[in-house]
Amino acid sequence: MNSLRIALRKLRALTMRTLPLMITCRELEGFMIDYLEGDLPKRQRRRFDLHLRLCPDCWRYVEAYKQTITLSQAACQDRDTPLPEDMPEELVEAILAARDKDA
Amino acid sequence: MDAIPKRPLKSAAHVSNEKQLVARLRSGDRAGYEQLVRTYGGRMLAVAWRLVRNEEDARDCVQDAFLQAFRNIEHFEERSTLGSWLHRIVVNAALMKIRTRERRPEDSIDDLLPQFDVDGLRLEPEAELAVSLETLLESRQTSEFVRRSIDQLPEGYRNVLLIRDIEGYDTEETAALLGLTPGAVKTRLHRARAALKSLLEPVMRGEKP
Repeated sequence: MNSLRIALRKLRALTMRTLPLMITCRELEGFMIDYLEGDLPKRQRRRFDLHLRLCPDCWRYVEAYKQTITLSQAACQDRDTPLPEDMPEELVEAILAARDKDA
Repeated sequence: MDAIPKRPLKSAAHVSNEKQLVARLRSGDRAGYEQLVRTYGGRMLAVAWRLVRNEEDARDCVQDAFLQAFRNIEHFEERSTLGSWLHRIVVNAALMKIRTRERRPEDSIDDLLPQFDVDGLRLEPEAELAVSLETLLESRQTSEFVRRSIDQLPEGYRNVLLIRDIEGYDTEETAALLGLTPGAVKTRLHRARAALKSLLEPVMRGEKP
């Protein structure tokens, strides 16, 4: 299995060197932000999509990367969206007292 | 693959007549100030805490933010909402607080980033995602794990991730808040996300809660 994997990697490396428009896995990293936000120019987007079609590791990487963003947003919303009543009373009083002093 | 939609900014609570409240604030109505603090304060405290990671500092930031808001209510331009305006003020206050802290040398993030061979191929194969996103989103333990993982990121990278992905500012706004170029924001954001992904891999593979 190890020699099969090595052979597949060599084939993939050859593909990336010889196919027109092909980018490497390393180059794909540089496009990630713009790709996910829809800001890649059409030509670059085609190159990115082509690479994903031919590289299962990058496909899984991008899926996991997107999942990471979703999980981080959900985790920070989950706990950190208190109701207004969660504002400590002593802090409310301190803010209003500071405002009275400032006025 | 579809692009990820930008996360919209949210206001903390419904204010039935924002214009009336602004008018009251501008006239110096104390009850109006109290309404403002009680309506938005909780959300602002949460935002501050996410950035400064310390209860006392978070409270200081919120107090500073409200004082700034009271002093500058004449400059509030009604093309944004009160919530968005206050959100930006408290984020700025939190970043100021962070800047005044004693700087520790930042841990390197390189060990968490993907590695490549001489041909530019990923050195390590990527594992299949073993747990569905829906399952992960339902788990409180996973949420805790994600938050702890974000806390592990070096501060410079964590702040970009929090301001961009969690607070929902765009690249230009994030750059202005952090005193970085838009290019630097994109680079740091990508590295922060990639590092966080590495930290979350055990969860996505089903090896941890």
